Amino acid sequence: MLRLFEYNLKLAVKNIRRNPILSALMVAAIGIGIGASMSMVTVNYRFSLNPIPQKSDVLHYIRLDNWSADFPFNEGRNPPNQMTYLDATALLRAKHAYRQVAMSRSTLAVEPEGRDERPFFVDVRATTADFFAMFDVPFRYGTGWGADADDAAEQVAVLNTTTTERLFGDDNPVGRTVRLSGQDYRIVGVIEDWEPMPKFYDSSNGPTNSGEDIFIPWSLVVAKELPRAGNTNCWKPLEGSGLQAFLNSECIWIQFWAELRNSAEREEYVNFLNAYVTEQKALGRFPRPLDNRATPVMEYLREQGAVPDEARVLLGLSLLFLVVCLLNTIGLLLAKFLGKATEIGIRRALGASRRVLFQQYLVEAGIIGFTGGILGLGFTWLGLEGIEMQFADEEASRILVMDWNMALLAVALAIIASLVTAIYPTWRACSVQPAAYLSSN
Amino acid sequence: MEFGPIWRAALRNKTGIVLIVLQVAFTMALVINAIAIAEERARLMARPSGVDEANIFHLNSSGFAADFDAKLTIEEDLRQIRGMPGVQAAVQINSIPLGGSGWGMGLKTTPGPEIEGVPTTVYFVDEQGVDALGVELITGEDFAASDISWRMPATSEWSNKTILSKDLAAALFPNDPTYGVGKIVYIADTQPMTVVGVVDELQGPWSGWDNVEHTMLVPEHLWNKSTAYLIRAEPGARDALMPRIETLLADREQGRIVRDMRTMEETRKNSYELNQALINILGTTIAILVAITTLGVAGLTSFNVTRRTKQIGTRRALGATRTDILRYFLAENLLFTVIGVTLGAVLAIGINILLVEAFSVPRFSWYLLPATMLALIVVSQLAVLFPARRAAAVPPAVATRTV
Repeated sequence: MLRLFEYNLKLAVKNIRRNPILSALMVAAIGIGIGASMSMVTVNYRFSLNPIPQKSDVLHYIRLDNWSADFPFNEGRNPPNQMTYLDATALLRAKHAYRQVAMSRSTLAVEPEGRDERPFFVDVRATTADFFAMFDVPFRYGTGWGADADDAAEQVAVLNTTTTERLFGDDNPVGRTVRLSGQDYRIVGVIEDWEPMPKFYDSSNGPTNSGEDIFIPWSLVVAKELPRAGNTNCWKPLEGSGLQAFLNSECIWIQFWAELRNSAEREEYVNFLNAYVTEQKALGRFPRPLDNRATPVMEYLREQGAVPDEARVLLGLSLLFLVVCLLNTIGLLLAKFLGKATEIGIRRALGASRRVLFQQYLVEAGIIGFTGGILGLGFTWLGLEGIEMQFADEEASRILVMDWNMALLAVALAIIASLVTAIYPTWRACSVQPAAYLSSN
Repeated sequence: MEFGPIWRAALRNKTGIVLIVLQVAFTMALVINAIAIAEERARLMARPSGVDEANIFHLNSSGFAADFDAKLTIEEDLRQIRGMPGVQAAVQINSIPLGGSGWGMGLKTTPGPEIEGVPTTVYFVDEQGVDALGVELITGEDFAASDISWRMPATSEWSNKTILSKDLAAALFPNDPTYGVGKIVYIADTQPMTVVGVVDELQGPWSGWDNVEHTMLVPEHLWNKSTAYLIRAEPGARDALMPRIETLLADREQGRIVRDMRTMEETRKNSYELNQALINILGTTIAILVAITTLGVAGLTSFNVTRRTKQIGTRRALGATRTDILRYFLAENLLFTVIGVTLGAVLAIGINILLVEAFSVPRFSWYLLPATMLALIVVSQLAVLFPARRAAAVPPAVATRTV
């Protein structure tokens, strides 16, 4: 059995070598087809990943429809994508969910202790105490801060590893201070590398954004009048001027998440939201009909269109491209095998069984398909590199990564592609009627 | 040309024909839709921003020190920048055209919250704004130094003057030949502003926004620790000026960080990065696709020539000339390519309809259809030329040989 396979292999290699250029074309076509489609599958897959699989069902993005009666947000399809200060503080105070966070972005200047080092800007997430437990943020040193730090607007900070290494090298900085835009903050913790992909917890800033450098209590945004980064959206002019007028306004700039452990809790929370909004309506706010939502992570990502249209269009086109490549190779193999009809006819007449011939040609076609598949893995990598080269920003590289799932899928696709290409031409070649080719000779 | 015999010969290998026809058809459908998408993106990228892109650069200055005086710093920065040789004009501005972040508002010609505003982006500039951006004032007047006021953070008051972009003016005052100059528009529902002038094209910060051509200039300085400067250099002076200005600003005031200095050309490139990437990816795909199909067609003919060597010899022995043989293979290819591209045209339209519906990809221009069909036919004919010439070279004596 093994000897027969070895013999088939030898014959196949000999046959393939007889048309080196066309064999190369068949292999290359499969390889390129798989490479093109697999790189696009990878991009789409990366965009639609579940960023927090262990908790995606219990984490809910909370939205209230506080928008204008005349011109609803997003034409009324869904409620505003962020929350007002009035509502975020009210929901925080109510503590109605198992855990809840309100948060927003800021940028602050870090002033290193050494005189020679220039100050630099960092991305800051101002958030509330539950953030770290809610999103399963892993810590290297220390912990997050407590709810009391939120209430007292304490100047405490949690750093990521990059910032820690930049400021303190390999030392454990917990207990030391970091100077941010002219204020000292006590470091209470350092998190491990944590960059959920896509960055689901703040969709207003793009799914491929990298994680923040420093985390501080959200109450400081108001207490210290920190600069706000990220999006602010208002439908109604402020009543008066200044920070207080802004805080009392209908402007949305805050993300609010709640951890609701089961559907009963979720339902209960939406009821609570509706009750809150109904109460607010009495004060003249919320002119729109009730549309308050607690949306689980994956549903929210889908609704926000986590996968860009460009990626989806390219995926479709690349699959068609694969079809063309396979048609190409099938056509070529078929023509090649049919060219051997006479040879096959003679061998059949001399007693070679259909099964033996089938095995032999299948090995030849299989080698072409398999080599193409292997090449396809290489082309997938090349394709991802090529796409990455188009983007100056490093963020693109977070999307263009092939992981084990994708590598296995590529192998599976290669096997399927080689079977698809091999079986039909082989079957056709072996259904040659011996008599038809013997008569003329 | 003798299509009859070609057709009958082909029917003996129906699958082979179906495969090649399908391959040509899918290639055609893909090429047309890829071109349609790339063409649309190229059209977007070709729109002028309206500003003097070749000579403009910009940077951010962010104060962080507790005693940082925003107003004093901005006034002194502008005085010094404007005094530098090689600077044509400079301005403090809240956001950069095509820069990716900005301030959106709605303008109305009738006041009131129930009226739908025309969306626009706001540029806060001073009396050098129009000159620094390098936009052309087509009617009305520029801001005067006396128009400029200081805007406090989180204020809800607006200046009573504005300059509009031509497109915004046309949206607010359709059919008005004077673009509404001298008329009143309302911002923040009820606050009146007089349109003092209108500039020709001036794009907003988001190249992907439908209303990117809607922009308004407001004569206010922003009282803000973090701000941007947009500087227009005299022709040829930009590159030498950039490092000098960065050093000037960084050294003059220690309580701030000067960062993100970019030329307007880089900013434009950044803004259209995804579009450019898409064009490059689609272009590469089309090239590879056409190459594979062309080589495939050539290879297929080549196998057919080998298989039919004996018949070719027989035909030659019966009196067919080399040209006859060459023409036979060219005609065979022509027949199947024409069927392929015709089917391809139908497929292309079908796929395009799907794309238009699902992704607002543009409908492709009608001329793409005949152009692509013709191009594929020509390329395919060229591809069979090589194996067909091999066929023509088969000597008549082959007919007398056996296997």
